[in-house]
Amino acid sequence: MSATPERTPSTGSGWDDAADVTKGPAEIPDPQSVEMPQALRAEIEGHMRLYPDPTSAALPALAAAQRLHGWCSPEAIEQVACVMQVTPASLAAVATFYDMLETSPVGRHSVYVCTNISCSLRGADELFEDFVKAAGDDPEFNVRTFECLGACDIAPMASVDGVYVGPLERSDVQPLLDDVRAGRAVLPEKQLARRLVADPEANSQQFPEHPVQNAVPVQMIEAPQGEQR
Amino acid sequence: MSRRMLLFADIDEPGLATRAVYERRGGYEQLRRALTMEPEKVLAEIEGSGLRGRGGAGFQTGRKISFLPKGEIRKYLVCNADESEPGTFKDRELMQKCPHMLIEGLAIAAYAAGIEEAFIYIRGEYVLQADVLDAALAEAKQAGYIGEKVLGCDYSLSLVVHRGAGAYICGEETGLLDSLEGKRGNPRLKPPFPAIQGLYQGPTLINNVETLSTVPSILKLGSEDYAKLGTETSKGTKLVSISGHVQRPGNYEVELGMPSREIIYGLAGGPPEGRKVKCWFPGGSSAPVLTGDDLDIPYDFDSLAKAGSMLGSGAIIVVDDATPILDVALKVAKFYRHESCGKCTPCREGTNWTVKMLERIQQGEATPIDLEIIASVCTGIIGNCLCVLGDAMAMPIGSIIAKFRPELEASIEQARTQREAELSGSIASEYALAAQGAPIGGVPQPAGAYPPASESPLLAATATMLAEPPSSTAEAS
Repeated sequence: MSATPERTPSTGSGWDDAADVTKGPAEIPDPQSVEMPQALRAEIEGHMRLYPDPTSAALPALAAAQRLHGWCSPEAIEQVACVMQVTPASLAAVATFYDMLETSPVGRHSVYVCTNISCSLRGADELFEDFVKAAGDDPEFNVRTFECLGACDIAPMASVDGVYVGPLERSDVQPLLDDVRAGRAVLPEKQLARRLVADPEANSQQFPEHPVQNAVPVQMIEAPQGEQR
Repeated sequence: MSRRMLLFADIDEPGLATRAVYERRGGYEQLRRALTMEPEKVLAEIEGSGLRGRGGAGFQTGRKISFLPKGEIRKYLVCNADESEPGTFKDRELMQKCPHMLIEGLAIAAYAAGIEEAFIYIRGEYVLQADVLDAALAEAKQAGYIGEKVLGCDYSLSLVVHRGAGAYICGEETGLLDSLEGKRGNPRLKPPFPAIQGLYQGPTLINNVETLSTVPSILKLGSEDYAKLGTETSKGTKLVSISGHVQRPGNYEVELGMPSREIIYGLAGGPPEGRKVKCWFPGGSSAPVLTGDDLDIPYDFDSLAKAGSMLGSGAIIVVDDATPILDVALKVAKFYRHESCGKCTPCREGTNWTVKMLERIQQGEATPIDLEIIASVCTGIIGNCLCVLGDAMAMPIGSIIAKFRPELEASIEQARTQREAELSGSIASEYALAAQGAPIGGVPQPAGAYPPASESPLLAATATMLAEPPSSTAEAS
């Protein structure tokens, strides 16, 4: 037993990855010392102006930082904290709560495969395995299961960079990934955006299908030195 | 006989998401008319229609508005567009195809309640729908439907579309409020209810997308005519999302009180050829399951409640008779384990242990008494948490155990027999190796320690033990 009164920070198991326990807990970053992309600052400030309490902008601000950095890296969180003038810890707490905010580096193309009950009844678990086999090792892709995405009418389905496609067959996996790699609209014929309502009595006449949706390309700044991608 | 379409009438008309087409069809006329009326009169119309909330709880919308304190207080309206109840996808279709109907309904409700600041909290996964809403909101502002002095009246309304980031619990109203304030979406203790102390500690009205989208129709028809639709206690039409094992999954608009069989078989085509309905969730995965015998129950709030389930968000999930009920239970339980925010112990631990016990059944390590334990965990959760997420797992799982006990017991037995066969197979093969003089665990064994298998008292004892079911089985039955 050491007699020194100094406490050494613990990094024992149970801590969230995003929490850096070696840092002081409540320091709001000094704007002078944080390098800040101006576009990100402008976007976050825009969000903050929308609310009676600017703290409400935490989610849109973190989402903006994630679009820029690819994930909620410590640097991204520090930049958001700097603009919002809150502690990085409070934002890390938020980031770890939400499924769409990534707290470790991921591929820039997200493939969320819904494996909740309705999709699973229609073969989503096998579909997910196929996605993992086909793209699980590709660092460009973030293939993961997701809870109900609210599109059980096209089960089994996936959200690919925010574009809903389904009903997917196992033979759709490769063409889908090819579309993403080529930067094309993903499986245009299977996009939810195009579909008409299922209720046959809703429309009084035959209407054409809706336009195809294009994924918004993910911006990403150059990975800083030492940051693993 | 054709069904009455209030929300879905010509929903796929090209350009309906734009103001021009929506106005051509008579859009925003009801807002115009409402602004010429006293707010109390507008509220009376909504109250008189008997409209009940379409998000899950089914509370009277008019009464909810009347709970808000009157007078010059900063009040808020939040539209709950976090549609994440498994099986539900009606709000998605409404927002994507007719966003102005939501904006108009929201503005009318806000005016009736004397609210000048409103938010739409939409789940982050709905990228397309949020983009459509943003565009529609910009158009509505430009036309003076939203903003300072709405249509030149002495009434102002601000509206912000706020995107979530993926958390089921943010559909729970107080979790949603915390999330909207930029925090983790942890539900709050109630009371105080949001109508008294909600967003930014101010009185807050929270309504579902479908509820608010219905408001223009109520004003158009008049509350009396609207109230003629549906049943005595469940007025109007309802969007129903049907999914799972049906031939035509999707959204349908039905008058409340329609027989469930007509929805599942008539509209959605029923399960695939040769299959039967094993069970169905009438109101999202949080609703206690009903079986194939319950198909004649009218689809409305009170009939479903009387049958021991609930209408919830109006999402029917059909499971056919080829699906093991254990898989369904495990899928449901795992979802709630993942989405529990962790604030209340019964929910955090209860969902976790329910999953573990169900997995134990799958792995062949359970006995029928485990079903009792799961049921008791479920009763331990219900009513003991800040919000109903834990209840939302406990209710369907509890009902599955109650209604499918024989099948679950058979699953337990089958999985255990299989595991025991594997176990005794591996014991026998290891023994055979040891009898040939192979070391056990790296330690050489003395010669003759293991007689041939047929003469081994050890193997005989193991075989007897495995053949006899554990004593707990006898106690349980």
